Amino acid sequence: MLRRIDPSIWWWGTAAVAVCLMPWNMLQDGFGAANAFALFAPDAEMASALGQALFFQHWWFWPVVAALLISAPTVLPSLDERTRGRILLAGGALGIVAIAVQGWFIGIQGWSYDVLTRAFGELNDRQFGIGWGGCVAFVSFGVLATTGLALRGWFGGDRFVAGTVGLLAASILLFTVWPVLMILGQALNASDGQSAVGALLGRFLQPKIWGLACLTSKASCGAAWNTLMLAVATASTCMLLGLAFALIVTRTGFRFKQMLRLLTVLPIITPPFVIGLGLILIFGRSGLINQWVAGLFGVELGRWIYGFNGVWLAQAFSFTPTAFLVLIGVVQGISPTMEEASQTLHASPGRTFATITLSLMLPGLANAWLVVFIESLADFGNPILLGGSMGVLSTEIFFAVVGAQADFGRAGTLALVLLVFALAAFFAQRRVVGRRSYVSMTGKGDGGLPTPLPVRVKVTAFAVAMPWAVLTVFVYLLALSGGFVKVWGRDWTPTLSHFGRAFSVEWTPQGLLWTGGAWGSLFTTLTLSTVAAPVTALLGLLAAWVLSRQRFLGRPLLEFALMLTFCVPGTVIGVGYILAFNVPPIEITGTAIILVLCFVFRNLPVGVRSGLAAMSQLDRSLDEASVTLRASTFRTLTRVVLPLIKPAIVTALVYSFVRAMTTVSAVIFLTSAQHEMATVFIINRAINGDYGIAIAYSTALIAMMMIAIALIQLAVGERKLGRRAAGDNRPALPAAQATGATA
Amino acid sequence: MTALTNGSRAAEVQLRNVSKRYGPVMAVKPLDLTIPAGSLVTLLGPSGCGKTTLLRMIAGLERVSEGQILIGGRDVTQLSAGERNVSMVFQSYALFPHMNVQENVAYGLISGGISKKKAHIRADEILGLVGLAGFGPRLPSEMSGGQQQRVAVARALVLKPDVLLFDEPLSNLDARLRRSMREEIRALQQSLGLTVVYVTHDQSEALAVSDMIVVMRSAEIAQIGTPQQLYGAPDNVFVATFMGEANHVRGILAASSASTGIVSLDTLKIELPHRNLPNGEVDIVIRPEAIRLVSADHAGCLRATVRTSTYMGAHAEYNLDTPVGPLFCIAPEAANLRKVGEAAGVMLDAGGVFAVRA
Repeated sequence: MLRRIDPSIWWWGTAAVAVCLMPWNMLQDGFGAANAFALFAPDAEMASALGQALFFQHWWFWPVVAALLISAPTVLPSLDERTRGRILLAGGALGIVAIAVQGWFIGIQGWSYDVLTRAFGELNDRQFGIGWGGCVAFVSFGVLATTGLALRGWFGGDRFVAGTVGLLAASILLFTVWPVLMILGQALNASDGQSAVGALLGRFLQPKIWGLACLTSKASCGAAWNTLMLAVATASTCMLLGLAFALIVTRTGFRFKQMLRLLTVLPIITPPFVIGLGLILIFGRSGLINQWVAGLFGVELGRWIYGFNGVWLAQAFSFTPTAFLVLIGVVQGISPTMEEASQTLHASPGRTFATITLSLMLPGLANAWLVVFIESLADFGNPILLGGSMGVLSTEIFFAVVGAQADFGRAGTLALVLLVFALAAFFAQRRVVGRRSYVSMTGKGDGGLPTPLPVRVKVTAFAVAMPWAVLTVFVYLLALSGGFVKVWGRDWTPTLSHFGRAFSVEWTPQGLLWTGGAWGSLFTTLTLSTVAAPVTALLGLLAAWVLSRQRFLGRPLLEFALMLTFCVPGTVIGVGYILAFNVPPIEITGTAIILVLCFVFRNLPVGVRSGLAAMSQLDRSLDEASVTLRASTFRTLTRVVLPLIKPAIVTALVYSFVRAMTTVSAVIFLTSAQHEMATVFIINRAINGDYGIAIAYSTALIAMMMIAIALIQLAVGERKLGRRAAGDNRPALPAAQATGATA
Repeated sequence: MTALTNGSRAAEVQLRNVSKRYGPVMAVKPLDLTIPAGSLVTLLGPSGCGKTTLLRMIAGLERVSEGQILIGGRDVTQLSAGERNVSMVFQSYALFPHMNVQENVAYGLISGGISKKKAHIRADEILGLVGLAGFGPRLPSEMSGGQQQRVAVARALVLKPDVLLFDEPLSNLDARLRRSMREEIRALQQSLGLTVVYVTHDQSEALAVSDMIVVMRSAEIAQIGTPQQLYGAPDNVFVATFMGEANHVRGILAASSASTGIVSLDTLKIELPHRNLPNGEVDIVIRPEAIRLVSADHAGCLRATVRTSTYMGAHAEYNLDTPVGPLFCIAPEAANLRKVGEAAGVMLDAGGVFAVRA
């Protein structure tokens, strides 16, 4: 039998190139063709690892070179699997550890820790952050190590699964766990004469966190209680609204479905402060409603919008679409045969809905509730704008960091409380939903039409959803019209001058000149979001697939770590990234990379969640059939799994793109003059009272994201399963004619 | 290995001391089994007996905890499902709902590196073989259950597997279709000379299609044999009662010679082949059609009273009360039906009576 070349050779080759030839550290002038070949670079900081070890006495790179040599025999095609596994595991693991240790312990000032200086004496040398060479080498050694594990029988002997798990684990450790640990470390950071635990307790047991003053007086409760009450109220509201919308869109013949869909998508593509501003323009002290009521009845409505009610309303606007998107998949996934079966068992439509449809949706509903609950916990934009004197945990963290005292200890403590809440929510959900999965999409194609909704449910759904839809339109029209008048509330002269200031262009002899103030941040935002979205979707869906389909050691841990990323609010991540990535080995603060990484790992759970939901409705024997049909794991994934979870891909892509475009909380810490983001630009203008240009810019953003979503939807396409669309009450076509018809 | 009409190489499957453990639970206790090349072997047993786990281990979808699996003499224990030349027909068919029938069938070929064009030609050929010529462009959801079943078979067959595995393939079909599909599967297996391992919990299905049946019970093999052996000479009460209807009573064994033994059931004595059971009280299994009803005063008979009496057209069915316990009896002569409460005598045909281990 002819032996094929082992694929691990390519990864070994990549590692070899990275260690021997590529510049190891971050370069001042960036990585390019001029300095790509770095073995004989004239300067240590520009040389490859091998170059630094050979010519600059950087002995700490010898273990890295050794790792390369240990795994070298893998280029021999005749090696037996056990031996190959052993050398790959040994070499890969040594490579990872060697890179991590040298990066961690040797920094800009020689030894990074005093202990090391005391132990080994002063190191009269230094190094900067890891660059392309180090990064590529690290990834390659990682793949070699996981390949070694797979060859030794781990992960079911599947290299692809092993590599995926390794990639996920490493990136979560680096870009979520580590920054969070840095922040929490601050919570335990004791001042002189204090024990770490004492310091934590002192910060923890404060009335500003746990006070209950609001029960007995008009004063505000502690931030923890405010956060919890808000999250429960918002989650319940959004779940019900989302369900109403989902039912109308999937189960009725409503004529304006598509518009409804668009309407519910609108709040997602809106920078968070637009809704807040719209609410202020309507219900604020000089808002339309307040002026109108005051003019008619002479009653002052006051400042009720600032505080719990206002934030609740704004969050309901913001997160109903989240619940809607989650639930639309859930409702669509319910096999019509179940409901048909119930009806043939003499259950009335109402009883069928209550006992079958709702029960089948229960895990999905709980999921939607949980998603919104945690979004509300982490929300930053709405409370900062509308919270008034009501502090919630995320804003308190922000103020602790940016306030005059810059109290990282307090920020860490608050983050700890927030994290515990989020984790509790997560475990509660798992308890409620359990491990039940309702497999509705089986390998056996099932026909049947979704049952129309019972009248009472239908009426309720419309009664709930329609006013909400109208209100949404109202808020938007008012908020956005603010971009077309000179000064809201005072000078109502229509104008386009705000757009002119933001987006003017000029033809000059040198060509087109982007003279508007917003162009720079817009191009940055678009580029970074476009880079981040596919990475997020890919990683998220891969993670979902690994979690739902593969059995391996450490799976619960990986799942837990992924959920952790879901629980960490943006403010915490923002501060954590600054603390973690301001110094070598990963020195990326102020670059575009840190923004992309932040987007990817902040939004990763959205991809995971939508992937998991879709995967749980996909019959496992479809994967198994593909595997028994000689398809590789990779082919199974690309040809069977991904096409069948297309709606989840769309959700993941849309979400990660849109959230990258509209996020404020984490990004506000991470932007730099070079890489300004649209939302930060807008907020800065809004803070300066320049509402006109802020709103004009938001309008442009919304328009652009709508186009982007349409493009994504078009590019991914719909899955065809031959299940007919709801509301299509014509008799089923004879099979031969229906061939081309898709749902 | 033999070359066959469709180019498939039917291979022998050998399981050596194979077991499967999920944590503390033994899903399959250590067992040895050889499935001869070109034969259809059924794994039969009640749900939870480990038959599907065993099948999935042969497929490579589950790893064995201990032991070895050889296909065609090659050790495949460490190989994944895709690396073994084995195909499987799933209980739910697992047809890819987003691909049409032709794409479904060609999928495995294209996975193996065959050009799309060739794969589609092969797919159409094999669809013709299972009687679905011209159905290529349809989606699975546009076909009936029986047609979907055939697509699943075609999709497995097109790869010319060493071994073809069926996991309860007929459980989603109605009875009439089940009968004709099992005949089709058997005919296909015979004409192509395939090695087939077939999981089912339906004993009549097993009897109808198998060369050899492996009866399983709580993670162990209860008995292996041809359909005739299992029905005609069950080793134990479980196999006897699982393979068709049987009455289970206790009798006294007294050895008379090396090859035969005498069993007494109250007043009735019957000579049976000796099966190395110790003398004394033994378990006796009696097929309903082995009971012959005679008049109550017949010499050496077992006295019985008719409890229920059912006219079935071609035959009659009786429930009898006897001193050794209730007996269910199928009588060929339905013309003069016995009445409830009537006294009768029971004689037994030795061919339908077995002394077994409990």
